Amino acid sequence: MQRHLISAADLTRDDAVLILDTAEEMARVADRPIKKLPTLRGRTVVNLFFEDSTRTRISFEAAEKRLSADVINFTAKGSSVSKGESLKDTAQTLEAMGVDAVVIRHGASGAPYRLATSGWIDAAVINAGDGTHQHPTQALLDAFTMRRRLVGRDAGLGQDLAGKRITLVGDILHSRVARSNVDLLHTLGAEVTLVAPPTLVPVGVESWPCEVAYDLDGTLSKSDAVMLLRVQRERMNAAFFPTEREYSRRYGLDGDRMAKMPEHAIVMHPGPMVRGMEITAEVADSDRCTAVEQVANGVSIRMAVLYLLLGGNEPAVTHTRTEEK
Amino acid sequence: MGKILIRGAKVLGGEPQDVLVDGEVIEAVGTGLSAEGAEVVEADGKVLLPGLVDLHTHLREPGREDSETVLTGTRAAASGGFTAVFAMANTFPVADTAGVVEQVYRLGREHGYCDVQPIGAVTVGLEGRQLAELGAMHESAAGVTVFSDDGKCVDDAVIMRRALEYVKAFGGVVAQHAQEPRLTEGAQMNEGVVSAELGLGGWPAVAEESIIARDVLLAEHVGSRVHICHLSTAGSVEIVRWAKSRGIDVTAEVTPHHLLLTDELVRTYNPVYKVNPPLRTERDVLALREALADGTIDIVATDHAPHPHEDKDCEWAAAAMGMVGLETALSVVQQTMVETGLLDWAGVADRMSARPAAIGGATGHGRPVSAGEPANLTLVDTAYRGAVDPAGFASRSRNTPYEGRELPGRVTHTWLRGKATLVDGKLA
Amino acid sequence: MDTEQQNQQYESDARPVLEGPDIARVLTRIAHEIVERAKGADDVVLLGIPTRGVFLAQRLAAKLQEITERAIPVGSLDITMYRDDLRMHPPRALARTDIPGDGIDGRLVVLVDDVLFSGRTIRAALDALNDIGRPRAVQLAVLVDRGHRELPIRADYVGKNLPTSLRETVKVQLAEEDGRDTVLLGAKRTSPGGE
Repeated sequence: MQRHLISAADLTRDDAVLILDTAEEMARVADRPIKKLPTLRGRTVVNLFFEDSTRTRISFEAAEKRLSADVINFTAKGSSVSKGESLKDTAQTLEAMGVDAVVIRHGASGAPYRLATSGWIDAAVINAGDGTHQHPTQALLDAFTMRRRLVGRDAGLGQDLAGKRITLVGDILHSRVARSNVDLLHTLGAEVTLVAPPTLVPVGVESWPCEVAYDLDGTLSKSDAVMLLRVQRERMNAAFFPTEREYSRRYGLDGDRMAKMPEHAIVMHPGPMVRGMEITAEVADSDRCTAVEQVANGVSIRMAVLYLLLGGNEPAVTHTRTEEK
Repeated sequence: MGKILIRGAKVLGGEPQDVLVDGEVIEAVGTGLSAEGAEVVEADGKVLLPGLVDLHTHLREPGREDSETVLTGTRAAASGGFTAVFAMANTFPVADTAGVVEQVYRLGREHGYCDVQPIGAVTVGLEGRQLAELGAMHESAAGVTVFSDDGKCVDDAVIMRRALEYVKAFGGVVAQHAQEPRLTEGAQMNEGVVSAELGLGGWPAVAEESIIARDVLLAEHVGSRVHICHLSTAGSVEIVRWAKSRGIDVTAEVTPHHLLLTDELVRTYNPVYKVNPPLRTERDVLALREALADGTIDIVATDHAPHPHEDKDCEWAAAAMGMVGLETALSVVQQTMVETGLLDWAGVADRMSARPAAIGGATGHGRPVSAGEPANLTLVDTAYRGAVDPAGFASRSRNTPYEGRELPGRVTHTWLRGKATLVDGKLA
Repeated sequence: MDTEQQNQQYESDARPVLEGPDIARVLTRIAHEIVERAKGADDVVLLGIPTRGVFLAQRLAAKLQEITERAIPVGSLDITMYRDDLRMHPPRALARTDIPGDGIDGRLVVLVDDVLFSGRTIRAALDALNDIGRPRAVQLAVLVDRGHRELPIRADYVGKNLPTSLRETVKVQLAEEDGRDTVLLGAKRTSPGGE
């Protein structure tokens, strides 16, 4: 692995499998009376959140605390950032306080990459979601959930997702989750299909290692997992689709559609779910839906990433892509 | 002012000749000219061109003197071999009145490094609603003939039509920044394979091409001429080619960076590559070179856009758009056009001096290198090779995309009406 | 030099101090000692320390079962994340921690490892146990004790006391992992072996 985790595309298959295997061990810590490991004692991690995301921040915070890291939470709202302080100045201020790693969520695509490669700071950078670019720990926790459900908790160790057919449905254009998942799932050997109205598929998607379809019903029977992506209602106003009703009729997952999926197939959602839009309550609450499991798995994955980046004197495993600068 | 003998210069890249300058004028061009009473400059095989003319420069004064001033901008121009630059109107205040354009014009004259010809805004405050006093700016001491809202597109078809019609009265020309605003809301880079991967807002080629198509048809309809700023796509080239074949009075420019750089560079998320219009694809770059060679695109213009360091040392979305270009333009053209065999030095003189001077009406510039012509000259060491070092720039800003990149050629001397503004690579 | 070459060279230089039958014999002896000292081994839980400690624990459990005719709970305890030298190496891959279903609270936990050396691994194991539950008592069984303790730790059951110098390495090979049972004593090469 590199010193940083910026994009799911930077991970090799072996890196990704190592993270999933490590997360499997981390998950066992959650079953213990004392859910804590001393591994990152004396390390300081800052959660630098320029965008509101309570779910992701809490997940990282839980992971950091379970590994005994010292945690600093920094949210841009009400801070000097809202008074015009730049990302560079904020990052340098934090580093001056002796931070070993920066977990960053930022509305601008590429902000974590800039932070990691511009020589502004020396700390390790972990991308917790940047604009419409990447959200690598989300993709990892999704892959972890798939491997557990489709391969098996123990049987999955050391394994990838070769041959698994994964369908992502929804707003691909604005989704960092979709980009990260396409990269990672491809690396892990899965076959990915994106399903969305053409307006919500980016121009240039033809270079992605996946298939694109506009018809959901045609793909359901050939899916081992169907992942629904959140569709924000305001997209309607920008003419991405005519009405909420038409969207859910064409791309929403309801009980009838779920019945067309193979029996072993699972329904995934990165949350927060918009019930009645992309998913009906019936599907969301069924035991085939892994949304809650994904949240729990998120903590294990983030523990694994933190351990592998910060748990030694250098990151685990060698990196494959050379860093710019 | 005495005599200067430029000895052994390849005029427009031809056989070595001597050029004798007397005062503000070229006295003679030939071989074995007498050096008597003249200061001798040994050209030693360097290429002599007419002083370069840039139809598209942002000098930032008044209002953003932290990025550039008329003084630093014209010094940068002289360093790059330019003897005349057209200063864009998007200053603070906007150059939409006779008062502002005269101020910029006078500053240029006072500093004496390069003639500064102000461009007037098409609409008041660049807001696209009400025509600025185009006639008053034309009649002012600055004698404005080129009008542009550059930075913004004159997107209202009626306003554009009226502007095209109105400037006919005094032979003016509207230079359009072709960018359909609705199609480029939130746009950050060329829309395509790279933007899809990077998750940056896409800037579709059609946003440029649709405006160009509309404007050439408007120009045809009202019988006026239109100039298209910084063409960046293969599709734009096709439209201009079609318009010219149809006899429409359209001229077009391309920037040096669009002749060399592609959107692949955006993968670094380094905002030094953030520019408007955005860097496009390899296919576009090749089409633009081809079009400049065959005359579909008339001229090279730098779109020199200085920005202070802090406006580029940040995340991509927060960064300003633009690149400095005056001091690297000729080198980029040498690399992309001359060394590829697409254009000879006479062609470069045409695209970077004669044609821009003619489009903008810059009297005394872009003239042939021959006896009796004004001595606006540029001497280029075309054999030079070196990495670009922004620390050596005369511009106040350093936002060049070429830092550390090896480019060919170096301007060693520039003369503005016989007066040296650059000697041996150093500003006079 | 790749690992295989290294191993071959190592094996040709090293001499065996315990062979397969010896290992079986000392494990049988240790099993009897556990039964004796734990008064029937009613509440014993064996926890092997990965990698080879786990196989030894499983073998001991089988022998205990023969003796007591009862199933003995056996599991594994990975100590990687409790090590005190984490910052001296790149992060290591984690091994499995597998605590038997009834847990360790109130039980006699016997930690099982292949070689006892500095004692730091056992220190980490005691820390790890602390986060998992509260045993009645903790004991330690090792195949080889090679001395050179850096912490006040001793083994309750020792297969073989092996006096060594710090320039020597002790390598345990077990059929489950290495294809054969043997304990090798060799000269130290570039990287430290042993524990």
